[in-house]
Amino acid sequence: MVTAQSQPQSKETEQYNVIGTRPIRHDGVDKVTGAAQYGADLNLPGMLAGRVLRSPHAHARIVSIDTSKAEALDGVKAVITNADFPRAADAEIDTGEGTANLRWVLDNVIASDKVLYKGHAIAAVAATDHHIAEDALELIEVEYEVLSPVLDVRDAMVDGSPLLHDSLHTRELDGSTSDNASNTASHLQFTKGDIEEGFAEADVVIEREFETSMAHQGYIEPHNGTAYWRADGTLDVWTSTQGAFVVRDSVAPLLQLSPSQVKVTPMEIGGGFGGKIPVYLEPLAALLSQKTGRPVKLTMNREEVLLATGPTSGTYMRVRMGAKNDGTITAGEVHLAFEAGAYPGSPVGAGAMCSLAPYDIPNQKIDGYDVVVNKPKTAAYRAPGAPQAEFATESVLNELAEQLGHDPLEMRLKNASVEGNTTAAGMPFGVIGNVECMTAAQESPHWQSELEGPNRGRGVAQGFWFNIGFESSAYAQVNGDGTVPLVLGSTDIGGTRASIAMQLAETLGISSDDVHPHVVDTNSVGYTQVTGGSRTTFAGGWAAYECAMDIRKQMEQRAAQIWECDADDVAYGDDAIVRGPADEDGNERQFSFKELAGQLATSGGHIVGRADVNKTSSGPAFATHIVDVEVDPDTGKVDILRYTAVQDAGTAIHPAYVEGQMQGGVAQGVGMALNEEYFYDDSGDLKNASLLDYRMPTALDLPMIEPIIVEVPNPGHPYGVRGVGEVPIVPPAPAVRAAIANAIGVHMTELPMSPRAILDATVLDES
Amino acid sequence: MATEHIVVNCTINGESQTFLANERDSLLEALRDRIGLTGAKEGCNNGNCGACCVNMDGRIVNSCLVMAGECEGSEIRTVEGLAMGDQLTPLQNAFLEQAALQCGICTPGFLVAAEALLEQNPDPSEHEIRYWLAGNLCRCTGYDKIIKAVQQAAGQSVV
Repeated sequence: MVTAQSQPQSKETEQYNVIGTRPIRHDGVDKVTGAAQYGADLNLPGMLAGRVLRSPHAHARIVSIDTSKAEALDGVKAVITNADFPRAADAEIDTGEGTANLRWVLDNVIASDKVLYKGHAIAAVAATDHHIAEDALELIEVEYEVLSPVLDVRDAMVDGSPLLHDSLHTRELDGSTSDNASNTASHLQFTKGDIEEGFAEADVVIEREFETSMAHQGYIEPHNGTAYWRADGTLDVWTSTQGAFVVRDSVAPLLQLSPSQVKVTPMEIGGGFGGKIPVYLEPLAALLSQKTGRPVKLTMNREEVLLATGPTSGTYMRVRMGAKNDGTITAGEVHLAFEAGAYPGSPVGAGAMCSLAPYDIPNQKIDGYDVVVNKPKTAAYRAPGAPQAEFATESVLNELAEQLGHDPLEMRLKNASVEGNTTAAGMPFGVIGNVECMTAAQESPHWQSELEGPNRGRGVAQGFWFNIGFESSAYAQVNGDGTVPLVLGSTDIGGTRASIAMQLAETLGISSDDVHPHVVDTNSVGYTQVTGGSRTTFAGGWAAYECAMDIRKQMEQRAAQIWECDADDVAYGDDAIVRGPADEDGNERQFSFKELAGQLATSGGHIVGRADVNKTSSGPAFATHIVDVEVDPDTGKVDILRYTAVQDAGTAIHPAYVEGQMQGGVAQGVGMALNEEYFYDDSGDLKNASLLDYRMPTALDLPMIEPIIVEVPNPGHPYGVRGVGEVPIVPPAPAVRAAIANAIGVHMTELPMSPRAILDATVLDES
Repeated sequence: MATEHIVVNCTINGESQTFLANERDSLLEALRDRIGLTGAKEGCNNGNCGACCVNMDGRIVNSCLVMAGECEGSEIRTVEGLAMGDQLTPLQNAFLEQAALQCGICTPGFLVAAEALLEQNPDPSEHEIRYWLAGNLCRCTGYDKIIKAVQQAAGQSVV
């Protein structure tokens, strides 16, 4: 295997042999030759193709469904509706990034009495060919009683608004619930200090309102799910998912099976960004397979992906912030109303916790509302909730700096959260790289450069995301030739086979090319949480470290057995040499890793290392982004001229993939800032459900994105890792907003800041 | 809704192929479902994402927009036909060395499109690369490392 090392290691990683290098990823060749098997690539003997019928209405009662004509079509093998599923228990299940009520999970997979958004699944068909399955959908007759839709979060919160769920009552902070049914599922609040006193101390107070549109994760691979319900009652599921165990633990209760009866094999995944955590097709494929006795593959088309899978919340937000003339922020008040989509569970809680976290503000009050509307149920999307919430807070902070005449980075440094501070949500900060990111941004060539030209402007913003740990598992055996197959439960969405294998290799003192990582099914590895939350390299790497330490210990014991000495006298060195006491003749005794590996089979058998970790700690991540834009005053189009992303990675295990996460996060953030929106008409019909009209950035829309990796090692991880994937999507929108304001003097109040929005704002400004 | 099948003769990755397609099959569906070449991916099925790019008679096409029946007598090259055995092309190697893929779903389309660019324009500027690849969407990388991989394959120095 080739090893490309295009850049020297940073000084933080010089102490390591493997960490900080840039080896070719283990799954790379398969992915450049077309050999890698993604979910939709699976083809099983006798397999049927399935398609899903979806609601044309945003809000309607289902009066009747007649599937008889579809069932009679030649080639159709089964048609199912919600009525074919066992009645779901009124119980909470773990859905990967939170919990959800099983009944609502089932209702989102396939509607029962009501459809709650355009694209809501109503029936599913299995046929010998997907063309026939599509024809069959047209033969299913559904009678609807159309209801008024609720499409905006503020409308939904008004008393007397049409209700999505008669049984939903607002859960208040003290655990009480409202007497009347409501679209507001819950209200949360974090406070610190005395907010009114804080505003009284301020010399300047700025209050702004913001609206942001729903935006989609935009993974290029549509959802898929294949299932085979065997005659013995066991169920095999193959799917592109961020969490095979979450799929197992969702599918099993929905079908009233034991988790032991369900085996989920995670296929290669074509992007997820949080959106491939929930189940959509897998339970339908399973039931269709049970009915037909054959494997069934379901795939979505792009329109279905946009209509019916997890966008992130549209929001209404209000932020009031006060500061003294010297730039000290005295108070921050944040009101967040997030659209959850059709069922409760927006990321408003995370957004609330992140909103002011980069700053040590003595007086804070943060309110969050989780609100259902007639749009698709939202799913996690990269740093869920943070891009919206921090768009609002960072934007007001930038305006405060502007009004007070302070440099925006200097003002941030003056108020920056540091070790020992506690957020309004009660989260204490340990060693963090908040200040280090701001300082690195100040010192960057970009910040030091001059920007010239009309309609051009520069903006900066900070971002924060917690990162999480939780359960990961790693098993590794030592082969006779010294190679080590490593078994993992984490879907590899962007290079985590490599980043986890490198931590195992570092711990064993061997080359990462000698480690062969494999992502396996739910029966073949210990419980592993989703690939998401920026937890995989953190917790998976920790499991790999402990797994390697287990191997080291067993190899010491084996060497002791061979040398007939006490195991305490044998030491496995970081150079992968196992050293023992001198023999009777005074000769030093040692084995290289490979020598000892070659003797395992004949000295007592092979060695398997294993580790299952559950780390509730995390490594908070901060980022500082700088952007230059040019605004076309005639069209309202914004071009990104230059972009620099600074981020604390803790320790960059594989720097190329850290840079890739930073650059990819910026691209998604720029899309959210400038173009991406869910455009509904008054009836709740999504008017832009294609990749032509849902406009994600192309190669032509972006310049090179300069990554600056800061490394403030996380003391809560064996190798100092923090997660890197989430935080880079947070600063782009407020940084772009500040750059637009700097260019044309207009402070935008909505996302996306599309040409239409810019023209609206500039025309309004002139009039 | 009766389904008719048609016989198609064409050359795929240098091998002559005769296959039976549903008359409603696109080239993408024929490649994936009838021939078993799943390297070309469906991302949108309406020509907007480029994940299904293949080379057809010297032109890159979105195979989701070509009917299988149109391929009679055509020469088609897919991502599976780029490498010679285990000998990767310079572009494939550059994608690996530059870490130009994360999830990898768009990679086959980018490789097919960029190989065609380099055949026509062996020394493209950054803008020419971005313009040529604007029909291929990648959601993971922000495009930087893809552009750099193409530059490396063109023999340009990459910072």
